[in-house]
Amino acid sequence: MDHSGISVLFEGTNFERLLGGLWVTVKIAAVALIVGLILGIVLGVLRTFKNRPLRVILRLYLEFFRIVPTVVLLFLFYYILPREMNFNLPGDQLATLVFALWVAAEMSDIVRGALISVPQHQRESGKAIGLNRYQLYRYVLIPQAISLEIPATINLATRVIKTTSLLMLISVMDVINIGQQIIEANNHTHPTGVFWVYGLIFLFYFLIDYPLSWWAKRLEKKRLERANG
Amino acid sequence: MSSWTIIQQSLPMFGKGFELTLWLSFVGIIGSIIVGIIVSLLQYFNVPGLHQLASIYVEVSRNTPLLIQLFFLYYAFPVIGIKFNAELCGIIGLIFLGGSYMAEGFTGGFNGVSKGQLESGKAIGLSRWQLARYIVFPQGFSLSVPAMAANIIFLIKETSIFTVIAIPELTNTALDLIGMYYRSNEYLFVLVVGYAIILIPLSIILTLLEKRVRYGSFGN
Repeated sequence: MDHSGISVLFEGTNFERLLGGLWVTVKIAAVALIVGLILGIVLGVLRTFKNRPLRVILRLYLEFFRIVPTVVLLFLFYYILPREMNFNLPGDQLATLVFALWVAAEMSDIVRGALISVPQHQRESGKAIGLNRYQLYRYVLIPQAISLEIPATINLATRVIKTTSLLMLISVMDVINIGQQIIEANNHTHPTGVFWVYGLIFLFYFLIDYPLSWWAKRLEKKRLERANG
Repeated sequence: MSSWTIIQQSLPMFGKGFELTLWLSFVGIIGSIIVGIIVSLLQYFNVPGLHQLASIYVEVSRNTPLLIQLFFLYYAFPVIGIKFNAELCGIIGLIFLGGSYMAEGFTGGFNGVSKGQLESGKAIGLSRWQLARYIVFPQGFSLSVPAMAANIIFLIKETSIFTVIAIPELTNTALDLIGMYYRSNEYLFVLVVGYAIILIPLSIILTLLEKRVRYGSFGN
């Protein structure tokens, strides 16, 4: 017997299962973001130092994560860690690690960009009143850099959330993987179920990402208004 | 078999994947630029009705993952009677995604034209259309070149997601070979080199363009 497609979402525990998958997705994105942001801030500050070898290494780290597509990064870690380093991680932790390293790379560039765009005279005034390097960063550069960083960081968060859609490729039970299971299990009774399940997942992603990118846009606009008077 | 032999034997297959990645990227990027120009113009001129539609499109496209957009096109659309082959789905998906990124880039460029320029234009009596034609567009498009280059790199990387609908591009080729012969190190190596060949020159060009536009507007 054919049912209308949309009812597939609410049969049995289907809806709860999809929400459970969404939770896995959100958790991985959140942990990766927190770890990646902290590591990225440290790397970003290091990249403003004058130590040349350090800067070259960090730049190469950034470029590697920028040039290799995230799908490929996931598979690199998925195949190479267990085989070459005998390091076995479950899929969700592996994905968290890859995303955190990727966030750290992107974040280091955001932080560096914000720090070097603080006007030179600020740095010099700080030195003139006798601040040491730690104090200069802590009281002069970082507070001023933050207003530049925040919109870019929120945008990075929306990218990470969108990228979690790749989790299914390394068999993590995320919202898309669960959606596929529900579609396959109900294909006979609900032939149009695929439309509603993917439609709902589409909506989930939009509902998480849209408020974030709206917020980033608003902050950016405010900052520009302040900068241009 | 030595790693080197494995790599050599895989090169003809990777070559095909490489060509397909380049071809799909090329078509997708051209389409994205066209959609981006149309959408940014609709928004710039506030075309009644259409500019709200353009904004909705931009938000939906930018705030959802390409993978779900592709699944929707490939698996859900046939249910309502609209069917494309995988490669066409990939191209449509990439243009749907890329169009909004390009549009945002152009809009950013238009907004980047300084107020003084607009006011001078008005002061010499240019009409709204002349202002757009002679002042905003020429400067706006050149200001948006770095954003466009960054989007091109982004879109080429996104083609790796085409593997989920089994388009035999670079990533799909590597995953297929790994599935058949279990030599993951060798095939992943070729895969990374393949993307590096396309993307390293582009990212160098992007850095140069950013410097050039910066020089154009700040003189340093």
